[in-house]
Amino acid sequence: MNQWEELQQAAFAKRISRRDFMRRATALGVSTALATGVLGRAGYAQTPKKGGKFVIGIGHGATTDSLDPATYPDQMTGIVGWGASSNSLTEMDEKGNVVGDLAESFEPSDDAKSWVFKLRKGVTFHNGKAVTANDVVASYMHHMGPDSKSAAKSILASVSEVKADGDNIVFTLSGGNADFPFYASDYHLPIMPAKDDGTVDWQSGIRTGPFSIESFDPGVGAKLKRNPNFYKDVWFDEFEVKVIADVAARTNALTSGEIHFMDRCDLKTVNLLKRNKDLEVNQVTGYGHYIFVMNTQQAPFDNPDVRNALKYAIDREEILQKVFLGYGTVGNDNPIAPSIQYAINPEPIHSYNPDMVRELLKKAGLDSLSVDLSVSDAAFSGAVDAGTLFKESAAKAGININVVREADDAYWDAVWLKKPFVASYWNGRPVQDWMFTTAYAADAAWNDTFWKNPRFNELLVAARSETDSTKRAAQYAEMQQLLHDDGGLINIVFNSYVSANSTAVAHGDLLSNWDVDGMKIASRWWFA
Amino acid sequence: MNDASTLAKVPRARRSKAIAAWRELKKAPWSAWFGMIVLTGYIVVALFAPLIAPYGESEVVSPGSFDVWSAQYWFGTDQLGRDILSRMIYAARNSMGIAFAATAVAFITGGLLGIVAALLRGWVDQVASRLVDAVMAIPSLIFALMVLAIFEKTEVYHIILVIGFVDATRVFRLTRAVAMNVVSLDFVEAARLRGEGTGWIVRREIIPNIMPPLLTEFGLRYCFVFLTISALSFLGLGLQPPTADWGAMVKETATLFTYARDDFQAGITPLLPAGAIALLTVSINFIVDWFLHKTSGLRDGQ
Amino acid sequence: MLAARDAMHPILRTVLQRLALGLLTLFIVSVVISSLVEMLPGNFAKRILGQAATPETVAAFEKEIGLDKPALERYFVWVGDVVTGEFGSSFTSRVGYQRKVADLITPRLKNTLFLASMTAVIAVPLALFLGILAALYRNSWFDRMVNSATLTTISMPEFFMAYVLMLFLAVIWQIFPSLASVDHDTPLWERIYRCTLPALTLTLVIVAHMMRMTRAAIINLLASPYIEMARLKGMSKSRVIMRHALPNAWAPIVNVIAFNLAYLIVGVVVVEVVFTYPGIGQLMVDAVRTKDMPVVQACALIFAATYILLNLTADIISIATNPRLLHPR
Repeated sequence: MNQWEELQQAAFAKRISRRDFMRRATALGVSTALATGVLGRAGYAQTPKKGGKFVIGIGHGATTDSLDPATYPDQMTGIVGWGASSNSLTEMDEKGNVVGDLAESFEPSDDAKSWVFKLRKGVTFHNGKAVTANDVVASYMHHMGPDSKSAAKSILASVSEVKADGDNIVFTLSGGNADFPFYASDYHLPIMPAKDDGTVDWQSGIRTGPFSIESFDPGVGAKLKRNPNFYKDVWFDEFEVKVIADVAARTNALTSGEIHFMDRCDLKTVNLLKRNKDLEVNQVTGYGHYIFVMNTQQAPFDNPDVRNALKYAIDREEILQKVFLGYGTVGNDNPIAPSIQYAINPEPIHSYNPDMVRELLKKAGLDSLSVDLSVSDAAFSGAVDAGTLFKESAAKAGININVVREADDAYWDAVWLKKPFVASYWNGRPVQDWMFTTAYAADAAWNDTFWKNPRFNELLVAARSETDSTKRAAQYAEMQQLLHDDGGLINIVFNSYVSANSTAVAHGDLLSNWDVDGMKIASRWWFA
Repeated sequence: MNDASTLAKVPRARRSKAIAAWRELKKAPWSAWFGMIVLTGYIVVALFAPLIAPYGESEVVSPGSFDVWSAQYWFGTDQLGRDILSRMIYAARNSMGIAFAATAVAFITGGLLGIVAALLRGWVDQVASRLVDAVMAIPSLIFALMVLAIFEKTEVYHIILVIGFVDATRVFRLTRAVAMNVVSLDFVEAARLRGEGTGWIVRREIIPNIMPPLLTEFGLRYCFVFLTISALSFLGLGLQPPTADWGAMVKETATLFTYARDDFQAGITPLLPAGAIALLTVSINFIVDWFLHKTSGLRDGQ
Repeated sequence: MLAARDAMHPILRTVLQRLALGLLTLFIVSVVISSLVEMLPGNFAKRILGQAATPETVAAFEKEIGLDKPALERYFVWVGDVVTGEFGSSFTSRVGYQRKVADLITPRLKNTLFLASMTAVIAVPLALFLGILAALYRNSWFDRMVNSATLTTISMPEFFMAYVLMLFLAVIWQIFPSLASVDHDTPLWERIYRCTLPALTLTLVIVAHMMRMTRAAIINLLASPYIEMARLKGMSKSRVIMRHALPNAWAPIVNVIAFNLAYLIVGVVVVEVVFTYPGIGQLMVDAVRTKDMPVVQACALIFAATYILLNLTADIISIATNPRLLHPR
């Protein structure tokens, strides 16, 4: 018994090979089924096998969803309209590297101002038509141009020209960007068939991916069938996504075996879910982070001492434990997740310190401070609770925070970027330049802290085209430090994606760039 | 009786009314007594919440979350480490108060409009009836959802006014129908011929005669309002935090149900606030039921 | 008393009058709904783009779906379309990808009607049966038990009852599925099986109301002189109720049934959410959230029309069963 437990611990710590584990388990008289189950839960790659219908339940999804990648809002469209059915030029691997997907390889020019992507040979669309460079150009043009309303418009803003050159696609950028292949892995950028007039056919749902879409019923679900001609192995025969908005209903569907996988578990009760032997709970810390942002142009937040006082007045650890039940990593007012290249953990660590708060307030010439904090669960699930706890901890340090719960529906429109102190959320980006350009550059459309630091912006441009990695690391370290010391961002936690699945299905290491195994669950999982 | 005759006229009338009421009460069935005792209990708890609750409404008392039941925290703590019993006690005040205010709004506006429509008839009645028809034809929950979404943040009085307004349409319908019957009765005609003013007729003839069905309706409406507010909380439009509310408390803990067979106490936690709602509405319904029974019983004896 | 031949005319006249009033009500509903949606903060373009809404993307989007035109103009264009039987396209339509409101609503409406009829088939006979029995054995332990039980079900929040049923019948004893997800090619028997839990929940919600009204209406009549007379003639209690009380009690009973049937169609959002049932309520809530005006309008019209027609039917039945109502003083 003791030996078996030790063996299991060894497996979970990955101290032992798959083969050794099975041999020793058999020697201990443990059944093969039980041993395989443990291996699966410990995250060992098993030999995948083909077949079966895989059904998942997803918390997102609305009747307004469509297969137009320009307006993919969330997991539902991301999984159906991208991960399962489509491919981008590149994709992310488990370690956070960018690798070719529909592009076999990609090369920059010396100054990283131009990138050449070489198309993979022999790939076809679901209707049998071969994928050409023109399809890629049309798919990119779909998001560009003055009339574009695409969510990918901003990340392609630096692209001045896309053209086909035989089997190659050539991107010309307005400034050097060493990270461009990361951008090409975005889920808004699947490759779709071009029409004769140069526009793209997204309406039919005909793509290149591991599954072809049989039916897509917005707000309800989708059914997909394996693409026999896909260029990689795919295991499931059929794949179905159900939209189950209510978390209790989602949990019930999983425990009663109607679905094999659910995303976004109810954190409050996930410990009880773990007791179920037929289920496995997965936790992936991604790049996403839950934050409070201050408008650094508006009083009292225009004073850096006030900003820092608030940064020390929040008890991040308490919020992590109580609101997110420990599922996540506390933030340190740096939006760059530790797993991202060139990430640092800036000193001094911002943790709850009421004395420091009083000192900083005195420095700012204030006896006390009273501010309104706008929150809504539309910003992130738990924002209202997090705000309530912030109020309690700040009160002990002499800051009165008035928590205002805003309407969910209009939150991003009427509150975010409008009110001076609000709860917000970033999905995070796989590279620093992308994150900074999106939200911290002085002229960024989504600069939600309205922070305009000249040194930071200078470094941002310099680092973008810097190909010497030592210099680049130093530049990014300085930028993160600046943001930490002076910015208007209170990073509460990097959140974890917590999902659960039946042990009937198995998987390898999970991707951390997006939830639901990087939205590619359909092609990466199999029946155990 | 001799003592009574020496008293002034008005107090005597009052006293005999009180005696009659007490006699009626003594005849009430056990269910009505149960309802009245429970309701009184709820009202006492709501009025003296700060004295009764062991901890504050939003006070974080425990460093952990979802503490188990103990002598210190009778029903454990919630997701933020706040005492569930204390929150339930404060919620009695909030939930009952809001539902009462909304129902009162509904009865004052809907009832008055209904009487006016029945008295005046003609175009006033037509306009009011058409508007009420239109609002009633829109599902009330969706209507409330839409109106509440207009306000950037939901305040308590928004909920009271919106729910009160939606419910006023139902009250209007009933009052108008009942008052219409009374208005056409002979004694009202007689009063009119006697030259009594409209106000007098409304106060002395109409209101006393439509009171029994309206009181019954008040009880039922109150329960409906209660459930509507909890449904709104369920769909994500409720009170400002950290205000405690039974409906929201059920929603916050609803997933615990799934685990009732593994962990009984955790499993029934959402039952506590839901049970509080149910017990209150059942009690009110018991009282209403007795009332109905009494009015129809009187007719039996005639 | 009028001759039977003439009595038909007032009924017809009432029906026509009510239909005209119904149309007027529909018009008022459309005005109310339009103004409410206009008053909501934000608009469809901003809702859909969410965090991704920059002024340029919003402007491009608004232009494509015609939101750049003034509200009044959009409303009158819409009224013109509806009069010609055209509900227009959802704002989610794109160039080359039309989503007709009618195509969006039809499958959802069918689902809603299916669940409503399934519930009605269980609930209405059950309520009548329990109501008559309770009236018959008034004040007996049976009456009290049924009364207390129905009072309790009517007092519970809907989602709570749904969860309790789910807990017992889907999680602990896995008899029924907890998901009522159906689509157009779900076979009938599976559809019924999947809809059992939502139908049961709704039954518990509406039975109490109908049963109590049946009981009250009958008991109310038991006090009338003609019933007294029948009883004095030595008729049995059950015969008195079935022959004399029930036929005259139809008016209030039918009214409360109509009210509850309307509720089954327009008021089941919460149950749809809990059981993930693709009904029309969720469609409308989604559309309200995103301000997809054409869909909101169409749903509101359907709801209002259902409500009006069911009430009209109830009125006609009450009038037909009680000619005295034809001549209000």
